[in-house]
Amino acid sequence: MNASLVSLEVFVVLLGVGLLLVDLWTPAAEKRMLGYGAAVALGLILCFSFAAGFATDTPQHAFGQSYVLDGLAMFFKRLFLLAAIIVLLMSVEFADRIEVGISEFYALIVFALAGMMFAASANDLVLLFVSLELITVTFYVLNSFQRSRLQSLEAGVKYLILGALSSAFLVYGIALVYGTANTMDFATLATQAKGLAAKPVFLLGLLLVIAGLTFKIAAFPFQFWAPDVYQGSPTPATAFLAFGSKAAGFVLLLRLLFSAVPDVTLHWARLLMVLSAITILYGNLCAIPQRNLKRLLGYSSIANAGYLLLGIAALNQAGASAILYYLGGYLFTVLAAFTVICLVMRKLAAEDITALAGLNQRSPLLAATMTLAMVSLAGVPPLAGFFGKFLLLRAMVQQGGYWLVAVAIVGVVISLYYYFGIIRAIYWSKDPSDLSPIEVSGPLRAALYGCIAGMFYLGVFPSALLRAATQAVKTLRW
Amino acid sequence: MSLLTSIICVPFLAAGLIALVPRNFRFGIRLVALLSTLVTLLLGTILFCLFQTGRAGYQFEQQIRWLDALGISYHVGVDGVNLGLVVLGTIVAFAATCVSWEIKTQEKEFYILLLVMAGGILGAFASLDLFFFYFFHELALVPTFIMIGVWGRGENKNYATFQITLYLSVGALIALVGLIAVYVQAGARTFDLVELTKQLQAKPLSVSAQNFIFPWLLFGFGIMVSLWPFHTWAPLGYASAPTATAMLHAGVLKKFGLYGLLRIAVPLLPAGAQNWLTLVAFLCLGNLFYCGLVAIRQKDLNLLIGNSSVAHMGLVFLGIASLSVVGVTGAVLVMVAHGLLAALSFGLSGYLYQQTRTLQVEQLGGLLRRLPFIGSALVMAMLAGCGVPGFANFPGELLVFFGAWHDYTAVVALAAWSGLVIGAVYMLRAVRHILHGPAREEWAAVADATPWRKLPFSLLLAGLLGLGCWPRLLTDAVEPRAAEIVKPFNVQPKVAPLKPKPGSLPRRNRRRPTA
Repeated sequence: MNASLVSLEVFVVLLGVGLLLVDLWTPAAEKRMLGYGAAVALGLILCFSFAAGFATDTPQHAFGQSYVLDGLAMFFKRLFLLAAIIVLLMSVEFADRIEVGISEFYALIVFALAGMMFAASANDLVLLFVSLELITVTFYVLNSFQRSRLQSLEAGVKYLILGALSSAFLVYGIALVYGTANTMDFATLATQAKGLAAKPVFLLGLLLVIAGLTFKIAAFPFQFWAPDVYQGSPTPATAFLAFGSKAAGFVLLLRLLFSAVPDVTLHWARLLMVLSAITILYGNLCAIPQRNLKRLLGYSSIANAGYLLLGIAALNQAGASAILYYLGGYLFTVLAAFTVICLVMRKLAAEDITALAGLNQRSPLLAATMTLAMVSLAGVPPLAGFFGKFLLLRAMVQQGGYWLVAVAIVGVVISLYYYFGIIRAIYWSKDPSDLSPIEVSGPLRAALYGCIAGMFYLGVFPSALLRAATQAVKTLRW
Repeated sequence: MSLLTSIICVPFLAAGLIALVPRNFRFGIRLVALLSTLVTLLLGTILFCLFQTGRAGYQFEQQIRWLDALGISYHVGVDGVNLGLVVLGTIVAFAATCVSWEIKTQEKEFYILLLVMAGGILGAFASLDLFFFYFFHELALVPTFIMIGVWGRGENKNYATFQITLYLSVGALIALVGLIAVYVQAGARTFDLVELTKQLQAKPLSVSAQNFIFPWLLFGFGIMVSLWPFHTWAPLGYASAPTATAMLHAGVLKKFGLYGLLRIAVPLLPAGAQNWLTLVAFLCLGNLFYCGLVAIRQKDLNLLIGNSSVAHMGLVFLGIASLSVVGVTGAVLVMVAHGLLAALSFGLSGYLYQQTRTLQVEQLGGLLRRLPFIGSALVMAMLAGCGVPGFANFPGELLVFFGAWHDYTAVVALAAWSGLVIGAVYMLRAVRHILHGPAREEWAAVADATPWRKLPFSLLLAGLLGLGCWPRLLTDAVEPRAAEIVKPFNVQPKVAPLKPKPGSLPRRNRRRPTA
C-alpha cells in the first residue's frame, strides 16, 4: 500500500477541513477572503502535482489495486484543480449573494474536488461508487445552498431525487457484476470479461452501471435534471457541476468501458452511438426556445455530453484522446461563460438572455469573453472548441459511423443558432435598460484573461495538450 | 518568411493593432485599416509581378509544421489557379476598407472584424493544407454574423444574418466531413495537399469510396457557393449586409467553394468527379435560369445584384463540370472577373444607399446627370454583368461556353441564352430605372463621389477593363495548371489552342516568341 500516491487528495481534504477550522477564528466580514486563500492553496497543490514524484511512465497502484495513478489520472486531476481554483474565485465574487455559511460553501467545493480526484484514479467498482457518491452528496448541498431562494431548493431536491435514483441503478448494477464476476477490480474483470460476456446477468449489471454513470455526465437516459439544476443552483456550484461532474463521469466511463470490460464494449458500439445521437439531438433541440441563460447552458451541456459520447462510441484511441482534449477546452469555455453570468446577472429576475443587452458598453472585457465562449462552444475556429470537435469527428470518421457524424453536424448547426443568439443579445438587441458599468475584481479579471488565453491557445497551438492526451490514454486497453 | 505569409499576416496584425487603439480615436483606427489593406494590395501586386508563368509547382511556398500527430502543417503557396484569387482578395479588401467611410458607430469593432475576415479569406485561398483551408475560411463566419447584425440594413437583417450563418455552416461542416473522409480513406496520415495529391495519384481510392466522398465535398462546397437549389441565403444576406461585408463576401469569399472543388475535390477524387459533375452541369442551369428570372422580378437593387451574382456562379460550375482545359481556364477567369464585378456592384449600390437611403429601383430615377462618375461606373458594371466584350467577364464566359460545348451542348446553348439575354434584361432595366429618365426632385441633393471616394471604384473598374482587354495576364498562368487538373479526364478540346502556333500570325503581331 503506497499511501504517498494519494498525497494530492490528502492535501485537498486537509485544505477543506482547514477551511472549516479557520472559519471559526475569522471575523464575519473577512470570511469571504478565505476563498482567495483556498484558491492559492489549490494553486500550490496544482504546482506540486507537476513535481517529479508523480511521474507517470508506469501506472502505480495503491490500496490494493483499487487506486491507480497513471497518466490519465494525473491529466484529470490537474484539470479538476484548475477548475476548482477558478470556481473558488467565482465564489468570492458570489459571496454577497450567500447569506450565511460562505466558508462551508468553499469547503464543500474543496470536498467535491477531492471526490473528483478520487474518481480520476478509480480502478475498481467500489472506489468508483464511493467517489461518485462523494461528488453527488456534496453537490446535493451545494445546489441548494441559497436556502431562501425557492429555485435553489428546487434544484437541490431534483438533483437529490434523480441522483438517488441513478445511484440505485448504479449499486444494483455493481451488485450484479460482482455476483457474476466475483471481483470488483477492473484489471481482474478485464481478464475474465471474455468468459463473462456470454452471461446476460453480467451484461445487465454493466448496462445498469453505465446508466448510473450517464446521470453524472448528463447524457440520455438520465439527463433530465440538468436544465433545472443549472438554472436554480448558485452560479459557482453550477459552473463546477458543469465541468467537474461531466469530466469525472467521463473518466470513470473511459476506465470502465476500455479498461475493465473492453471486449464487451467492442460489441456495444451501436448502443453507444444511439445514446450519443439521442443526447446530441435532445440537448440541441430543447435549447432552442430557452430564454434563461443558465437553463440554456444546461441543455448545451447535455449536447456536449452527446459530442463527448461520440469519442467513446468511436472505440479507438483517437476518440479517447479527443475526449480528453475536448474536456480541456471545455474547462476554459464553460468556466468563462459562468464567470460572466456570475458578474452580470446579480438579481434573480435578471437571468434572462436580455440581461446581456448592452454588455459591450458596460464592460468590453465581459462582452468579448462571453462572445468567445459562445463561439468556442459552437465549434468555430480558431478556438479550442473547434479543434476538440474536429478531433471527435475525425475519430468517428475513422470508425466509419457516417450517420452519427451527420447527426453531430445537425446538432452543431442547431447549436449555432442559440449560441449566436447570445452574441446577438450582447451586440445588437433592443434598447438595453441598464447601462451601468460592471466592476470586475482583480483576481477574477486575471481568471477571465486566463480563460481567454486558454481558449485561443488550445485552438491555435494544440500539439502540447494533444500529446499529453494521447499519452494519457495509452494506459487503457486497445 | 514568404511573401504570401506576409500578405496573410498583415490584416491580422493590423486587427491586433486596432484593438490597442483607443475607441475615440476614429481617424487613427481608419488610418491603420486603410494602410494595412494598402500594404496588402501592394504586396499582392508584387506577388503578381514576380510570379513566373509556366513554372511547374507552387511558388512563394512556405511550410511550418503545426501538428505532426495528425500531419497538419501551415502550408501556403500560389500557382495559376489561386494567384488570381489571392490578388483579387487584396484588391477587394482595400476597396472594401475604402468604402467603409459610411460606418459611423463602433468603428473599432467593425474594422477589427473586417480585417480578420480579409486575413481569413487570403489565408484560405493561399492554403495548401486541407485543415487550414477550412480553418481560415471559418474565421470569416463570426465576423460576417456580427457585421450583418450590428451594421446591416433593412428590417430583415436579423433573419438574414442567422440564415447566412447557419446555411454556410451547414455547407462548411459537410465539406469538413468530406475532407476528413479523404484524409482517413487515403490512409496518408497527412492533411497536406501536395502530399495527398502525390499519394492519391500513385494509389487512388476505390471508385465506390470516391463516389461516396465526392458528394460530401460537392454539396458542402456547393452550398457555400450558392449552387441551386441551395442558394436562398445569398440574395437576402448580401442585401442586408453593410457594403464592405457584401463586397468581401460576394466578391471573394463565395469563390472559396469553387476553388475547393478545383483544388481539392477534382484532383483527389477524379472518378467521383467524373460521375458527379454531370449533375452539376444541369444544376447550373437552375442557377442561371431560376436566379436570372428571379432577378428580373426584383425591385431592390441589392437583391437584384445578389441574384445576379448567384446566376453567374452557374457559369463557373459549368466551366468546372466541363473538365476541359478551356472550360476550367474560363471558370477561373470568371471567378476573378465576377469577384471584381460583385465588389464593384455592391460598392456602388452602397454609395447610392448612402446618398438616397433607398435602393428601390422604382423610387430612384434620373441619377446619371447628378452622379456622372457613379452612374457611369454603374452602367459599366451592369454591362460587364451581361458579358459585354471589354470587361473581364466576356473572355471568361466565352471560354466556359467553348469548353463545355463538347460534352454539354444543350446546356451551353441554354446557358448562353440565359446568361446574355436574361442578364441583359434585368441589368439594363435597372440602369434605365435608376440612371435614366426624368430627374426627381427628392434626389436633387445627391452628390457625386469626391476624388478619394472614387478610388476603390476606379481600382475595381481598372481590374475589370484590364483583364477584359488582356485576359492573358491571368490565363497564361491558369492554363498549364488547368491542363494538369484535367489530364486524367482526357477530354480533347475541339477548339483551336489558346496560344497561336509559331509562324501562324504575321510577324508584327507576335508579342513574344512561343515555344
